[in-house]
Amino acid sequence: MLSEQKVQELEQTARELRVDILKMLHRSQSGHTGGSLSAIDIMAVLFFHQMKHDATCPDWSERDRFVLSKGHAAPALYACLARAGYFPKEDLATLRQLGSHLQGHPDMRKTPGVEVCTGSLGQGLSQAVGLALANRVAGRRSRVFALLGDGELQEGQIWEAVMSAAHYQLSDLCIVVDCNGLQIDGFTADVMNVGPVAAKFAAFNLHVIEADGHDIDSLGQAFASAEVSDRPAVIVARTVKGKGVSIFENKAKYHGLAPSDEELQVSLQVLGAL
Amino acid sequence: MIATRDAYGKALLELGRQNPKIVALDADLSGSTKTAQFGKEFPERFFNAGIAEANMVGMAAGLAAGGMIPFASTFAVFAAGRAFEQIRQSLAYPRMNVKVVATHGGITVGEDGGSHQSIEDLAIMRSLPNMTVLCPADGPETAAAIRAAAAFEGPVYIRLGRGKVPVVFTEDCSFEIGRGVTLREGKDVTLIGTGLMTAMALQAAEELAGKGIDARVLHLGSIKPLDEELVLKAARETGAIVTAEEHSVIGGLGGAVCEALAEGCPTPVERIGMRDVFGQSGPAEKLLEYYGLTADKLVEAAERVLQRKIR
Ligand SMILES: Cc1ncc(C[n+]2csc(CCOP(=O)(O)OP(=O)(O)O)c2C)c(N)n1
Ligand SMILES: [Mg+2]
Repeated sequence: MLSEQKVQELEQTARELRVDILKMLHRSQSGHTGGSLSAIDIMAVLFFHQMKHDATCPDWSERDRFVLSKGHAAPALYACLARAGYFPKEDLATLRQLGSHLQGHPDMRKTPGVEVCTGSLGQGLSQAVGLALANRVAGRRSRVFALLGDGELQEGQIWEAVMSAAHYQLSDLCIVVDCNGLQIDGFTADVMNVGPVAAKFAAFNLHVIEADGHDIDSLGQAFASAEVSDRPAVIVARTVKGKGVSIFENKAKYHGLAPSDEELQVSLQVLGAL
Repeated sequence: MIATRDAYGKALLELGRQNPKIVALDADLSGSTKTAQFGKEFPERFFNAGIAEANMVGMAAGLAAGGMIPFASTFAVFAAGRAFEQIRQSLAYPRMNVKVVATHGGITVGEDGGSHQSIEDLAIMRSLPNMTVLCPADGPETAAAIRAAAAFEGPVYIRLGRGKVPVVFTEDCSFEIGRGVTLREGKDVTLIGTGLMTAMALQAAEELAGKGIDARVLHLGSIKPLDEELVLKAARETGAIVTAEEHSVIGGLGGAVCEALAEGCPTPVERIGMRDVFGQSGPAEKLLEYYGLTADKLVEAAERVLQRKIR
């Protein structure tokens, strides 16, 4: 279990990461606000507590791997990587600009710390399965984490990957689903219902853990449970799209809309960054 | 200036009002592809597959087999890329009456970056037997192309863009599958455009005129079937060709024109397009500049090809 102090520290980290994300998106006036904010608590726990990695040595072979299968949440990933020290924080201001190493969607050939190229939904988990298989073949002690969107579960390839994770008994693979209930065209339940999510993964024989995706302690426990599982694990994380600043919360509109000047000001105030 | 995807949204709605067999499908991008307007007016004829492009194409095939005229939309990368084999097996092979209308073709997708910028879809789709491939220049021509596709029996791939583009055609223009259009007469060199590059070809011809070079401009909104007759005539009469497309120089307009010329009338060609590279993030205008998809580059290419002209 995480100490109370560690929980508070991670909560503060997540708040600061939210500020980085919103500033970055405001600057570029393009990119995905809602899904970055719903995922950031999960990613804060991963990057600053759970995962074994070293920014000074991005190629360290025993590092844990993180795959952002919902690649449009790239701002959240870039905020974490910059904070961890993979590249200077000033770079965040170049998001999506011509010539920037911070592409609209994660690019392993351009950004230090990015493990695979994602952005076309449904493809990241298969690559995570491949990374876990490579770790096994090479005898590396390294775990693989893959973060998926709930809308992304509509891609058939996700279930092909889940089947293979179970088949190969990839106990070092941990999937997290950011269950914010929204996608672009509206509520996931209205567009193309993916539920019941936990039961589906259970039917594929994964170790299913449910968690509150914005509760650091709940996430810490979920990752701890996944770590000792002898089967591939999936954390079904209940989240709120746009979490952290109420104007963005649970609104399909902010899926791909960057904050305006005014919205940024409100956000900075709410997040205690003014 | 109007985005071709906006013209599509309107044209589809109009068709829907006229013909109850018109149905639309999307894959969680209906706001961007503009099928949402159709979905709002005809909810019983609109099917959102969710983020599942392969299934969307399969459902469209089934709807067509059941007598409907489905228009299935998503971004070009996901249509021609993700659902390629479904398009091959379920649409092209059985000659199914489905119209795949792919928006966000090319690099003018902009900030989303290379993962979302389709530079290969025309080549992929053109390689399929039975497939018709269209790439209109502007809003009015898009509306006409959508109507032509609906009236045509068989699978059609229509490539549209994200951003607003200059208007080249009149509101009442017509679209004939397999026919190109001569937009400007000329005898020294022929500039052939498709999609948004046609407007730039016209601009380039204007600049060339200032330099005393008389350039013909063709627009090929039908990439397949290609208007070979028009292309070969231009080759015979002007002896030099420049192609321009917001697509790889491999396999799209440039490829198709070169194939026609190689067999029918070998002629020096310069191809403007993506030089076998993927795109990247950036504002659309800057990307066009960066990858050399501009009227200025067309002018330079025309001057180069004139040097190579066999006199
Ligand atoms: C294959 C594919 N189809 C469509 C898209 C366009 N797209 C980007 S984000 C998104 C919705 C994602 O919803 P979800 O997975 O629930 O993510 P979140 O709510 O966490 O943002 C879509 C359809 C894409 N990136 N890839
Ligand atoms: Mg979601």
